[in-house]
Amino acid sequence: MASGKTLTISVMDPPYESATTTTVLRVMDAALRKGHNVNVFAYEGAVALPLRTQVPHPNPIKGTTAEEQHHPITSAFISALFEAAAASGAKLDWVNCGMCVDERGATEWVDGVRRGGPGDFAKFAQESTNTVVIGTR
Amino acid sequence: MAKYLSIVERAYHGTLEEQDDTILWISHMVKKAGPDVTVLLRANAVNYAVAGQDASGLTFGKAALSVPPTLDRDVEELIKAGVAVCVVREDLADRGIESGELVGGVTPIGRREVAGLFDQNDQVWHW
Repeated sequence: MASGKTLTISVMDPPYESATTTTVLRVMDAALRKGHNVNVFAYEGAVALPLRTQVPHPNPIKGTTAEEQHHPITSAFISALFEAAAASGAKLDWVNCGMCVDERGATEWVDGVRRGGPGDFAKFAQESTNTVVIGTR
Repeated sequence: MAKYLSIVERAYHGTLEEQDDTILWISHMVKKAGPDVTVLLRANAVNYAVAGQDASGLTFGKAALSVPPTLDRDVEELIKAGVAVCVVREDLADRGIESGELVGGVTPIGRREVAGLFDQNDQVWHW
């Protein structure tokens, strides 16, 4: 059941390079399970998190295929979180920074992600119960 | 034969998404390509050598990370592949890690021995 509360998260790190991206997805999952609305402003490298062109790969060290390895792709996790939001009655709004997208050519995203800018982040913050900023280190 | 020292310092950055540590992984791949490789774990990365890690159970909505990273076993596999793996003894002590908690085959060295390790290699890659 929706709680009526909204959490905004800003994330900057790209996939596969930091623990912060996993942390963001975990916080989103926990918030959505409690029925909280979640806004995400993906800034700089984080715009690659929902890329639909991500493909699982095998692991030649372990000799496993991509199927055996079940190699994770962050865009699939984000799609699962959109599904979780729909099931819980909460709203998930994910905005990819448009200029960050353009400079990276990172233009193809999973369903639910939309293009925006800092103005969306400001609006998110004003309309939210609280905002968590997770910068890159 | 070229000898490379690979120093791993940043730990647990992207390991869940990658299912491994990217520097342990590339060190293993470089070894497979021929050169002699030594890995030095320092700072928080010394924890990679602690036996019995369990990163299972992660889910996002209905999507699960069904194959979690096993960094301790990755260190063991590196050693089996002929990569010498050293850990900085003081960095273990700072974190309360006893040498008996480490996977077999890891070599603890003191901070004062690190410069000597540099001298034993043709190149030093500090990631």
